[in-house]
Amino acid sequence: MRRSPAEPPERGESLWRLTSAPVIWAVHFMLSYATAAVWCAKLTAHGSLHGARIAIASYTVVALVGIGVAGWVGWERHTFRGATLPHDFDSPADRHRFLGFAMLLLAGLSAVATVFTALAAVFIETCR
Amino acid sequence: MSATERDPAPPRQAPPLAVQRAQAERLAQAWKQPRGWRYWSAVNNTTVGVWYTGATFVFFLFGGALAMLMRTQLAVPDNDFLSPDLYNQVFTLHGSIMMFLFAVPVFEAASILFLPAMLGARELPFPRLSAYGFWGFAVGGSFLCASIFFDAAPRGGWFMYPPLTTAYQPGVGADIWLLGFSFIEVAAIAAAVELIVGALKCRAPGMRVNLIPLYGWYILVAAAMVLFAFPALIAGTILLELERAFAWPFFDPARGGDPLLWQHLFWIFGHPEVYIIFLPSIALVAMIVPTFARAPMVGYGFIVLAAVGTGFLSFGLWVHHMYTTGLPGISLGIFSAASAAVAIPTGVQFFCFIATLLAGRVTRSVPLLYVLGGLATFVLGGLTGVMVAVAPFDFQAHDTYFVVGHFHSVLIGGTLFPVVAGLYYFFPLVNGKRLSDRLGRVAFWLMFIGFNVTFLPMHFTGLRGLARRVFTYPEGLGFDVLNLVSSAGAFVLAAGILVVAWDVVRPKGRQPYAERNLWGAGTLEWLQEMPGKAWGVRSIPEIDHRYPLWDQPNVVRDVDEGRFYLPDAEEGKREMIVTTPIDARPTQCLRVPGPSYITLLAAVFTAGIFIFPTYKLWWPMAISAALALGTILVWLWTGTAAIPEKEEKNVGLGLTLPLYVSGSASVGWWAMFITMLGIMSAFVSLVFAYFFYWTIHEDFPPDPSPGPGVFWPAVGAGLLLAAWALTSLARRWNRQDRAAAFYTGVLSASGLAVAGAAALLAGPWVTGLDPASHVYPAIVWLLVIWTVLHVALGLVMQLYCLARRIAGRMTARHDIDIANVALFWHFVLLTAVVTVLVIAGFPLVA
Repeated sequence: MRRSPAEPPERGESLWRLTSAPVIWAVHFMLSYATAAVWCAKLTAHGSLHGARIAIASYTVVALVGIGVAGWVGWERHTFRGATLPHDFDSPADRHRFLGFAMLLLAGLSAVATVFTALAAVFIETCR
Repeated sequence: MSATERDPAPPRQAPPLAVQRAQAERLAQAWKQPRGWRYWSAVNNTTVGVWYTGATFVFFLFGGALAMLMRTQLAVPDNDFLSPDLYNQVFTLHGSIMMFLFAVPVFEAASILFLPAMLGARELPFPRLSAYGFWGFAVGGSFLCASIFFDAAPRGGWFMYPPLTTAYQPGVGADIWLLGFSFIEVAAIAAAVELIVGALKCRAPGMRVNLIPLYGWYILVAAAMVLFAFPALIAGTILLELERAFAWPFFDPARGGDPLLWQHLFWIFGHPEVYIIFLPSIALVAMIVPTFARAPMVGYGFIVLAAVGTGFLSFGLWVHHMYTTGLPGISLGIFSAASAAVAIPTGVQFFCFIATLLAGRVTRSVPLLYVLGGLATFVLGGLTGVMVAVAPFDFQAHDTYFVVGHFHSVLIGGTLFPVVAGLYYFFPLVNGKRLSDRLGRVAFWLMFIGFNVTFLPMHFTGLRGLARRVFTYPEGLGFDVLNLVSSAGAFVLAAGILVVAWDVVRPKGRQPYAERNLWGAGTLEWLQEMPGKAWGVRSIPEIDHRYPLWDQPNVVRDVDEGRFYLPDAEEGKREMIVTTPIDARPTQCLRVPGPSYITLLAAVFTAGIFIFPTYKLWWPMAISAALALGTILVWLWTGTAAIPEKEEKNVGLGLTLPLYVSGSASVGWWAMFITMLGIMSAFVSLVFAYFFYWTIHEDFPPDPSPGPGVFWPAVGAGLLLAAWALTSLARRWNRQDRAAAFYTGVLSASGLAVAGAAALLAGPWVTGLDPASHVYPAIVWLLVIWTVLHVALGLVMQLYCLARRIAGRMTARHDIDIANVALFWHFVLLTAVVTVLVIAGFPLVA
């Protein structure tokens, strides 16, 4: 990837991909919320949150791996052929780096937000 | 550079003066604005944008006047200046107007006005859609505001919670709110679609994603948020209005409903809306700060992170408005976490602004004054926001004046001050005249001091326990002085706003025109001559930098002399360039329509669909709906997808572009796709409602299931699947120019669509589900009717394509219509399949 001789073509890029890390955060968030809500409304016998907490922990591991991959891809693109910020040249390479950099930053934010969500399940033990 | 890359420089020689003059003459003719009484038929973004922005400010002043009534009432204890009932109407309208008729539309209006210029485009891709949106907004907004003069205004607070608005408010007020704002929301979504397509597809050639002015990024994100947030409210509104009009018990616990569902749907809309308001205002800041710092924005990538990140996180905050509704602690914790996380991207962009100001050489100016005042105020509101994001604190502050103080700091600091900054900054682009620096400064200090004197004490009033929305309070509870101070401050704030209003409307006939690019900005909107021309830019530049006016030598001269793209209008048409979303490679020369009254007519008839049911006038509503449909069809028939007289056109700089493209290359296809994303999110909200009832009931869906059974829904899904397949095939057959196959395909697809819709309706019908009896039949009926309405629309579209082909307005090569209809049918199929899986499938597994 780094040694790619040609300029990165436009059709290899997508604004959808930019949103991959925040989408993972959103899915993790909705799953955690829905799991806790359904668990507390339907599945728990004595108000214990145990099963939901295990589920949220496993979602978090999967989500962080996914966000990590997105961040790594972003990093690879950001450092494409070794150029540095601010990625403001009128060239396909700098556009490529810019999209990678934005992806990297979004992955960082998404990782923090995902951990925040998971922390709720660390500290809260019951459905009350 | 690869073979597909082209980055042409303007020619060394300017065209001869005579040629330049003739070109300018033809351009002026093509973009000529209608005069006299025909002025109101204009659709040009620079005209509609001014009307739209002006209308939002009129509504703002009206909402502000209502605020003054409230502050007068609350100035002293036990006051009887307003009756309790009138007070309810006043605070409901104040909140609703400020949110729906000012804060959201002002961003869309300003973007319609300025976004094309910032992107180096002549227009937005659908000028008539902008005009339609504006007229809908103006009619609907006036209807809502007028209601208070007939003692008929809504009384339920801007969030209209049931059961207050279902069981206790029999008047038409709530209906006016529900139907009126649904209409406004439709207009808002229309504008959002236009802005998204504009930001993605109508940038000047060469303006890659890493070179877009930051305003474009913010608007893209905010418009996308509109698309996913507003539909949740539209879905909620449908449920609430069905309950009010036909007693379908969505929020009535006695028949299985639940008022909390409304709160969920409202706040899934309501919280993102705060950021929909905030991001475009901060976008103004992101344009103003570099200009007066005389330096490019520090951390462009971080700003994009902030915009996109906030856009996402803001959808994870809605339950923080519902902390006191008794949800499990874990739910509160999850939303509290997201509420704290959203402070990160919000803070990041502020550090970028500060860094830019530190890195540059700051020039003092009135717009920058408002920006700094706004940022300081917003930080205060943001910090109290983090306080109320913490659930235990919120338990205490909920529904008190602390919250009023908090969100006015956020909204006035985050929106009003930046908007006024934008007003002072951009006003010369509107009519070539500057606003007064002196008045601007006076107004700023009045507003800034007035604001703080009004809202800072409210935090303490709230902590002392004064509840929101009460029309008065007894003497001696510790509220008296604080309220009097707030009221005094409110009048100072209002005085500041009146000074701004006077500065805008005062006669400026003898004032000289401002010089071009008076602030020395670097972005393309400042290419505009003073006063501006209807054509926008004289020729459309090739972009190489983020701040072209600073970094591209001679760009102004080259644009003015017509050395770039489309310097001429040889055929007398309004033309612009469509480009690709990532690298802005030119792909099409798009012709946009000119003045027409049809948008005004269509908006008035559409208004009838929403206004007549308020008074239960079903026949006028039906007639209005038929007229609206007819008008829109005439509009589409005469104004869209016209077959050009030639296939291609030389747009200058050695580039020849097609005049007609269809499918995913066309802007219409994008608009359809984006609109359908919005409609699908409304559908998702309805499906969410179904499963919400499942989580709160032991017996939902009831066992044994009273309906709709499996047979009829399955038959319906099968028939619609066939209708979808034939529609897609018809598209292919048209492409292959197999006329007979096309006609047979479309006709059969229409027949199957009718049969499929009938079969879907048969499910709940033959099993005798009564929607007024319980929430289960009600939600089943609603999902079925929702799907059937989509099928009906799909049917109209199929027949429209049939007629277009017969009339020769659609051919094998020119197939925009059927391409977009086939796309629509993908979504119809998805809706039908999900509906059937939910209503027929879920009872089997639940």
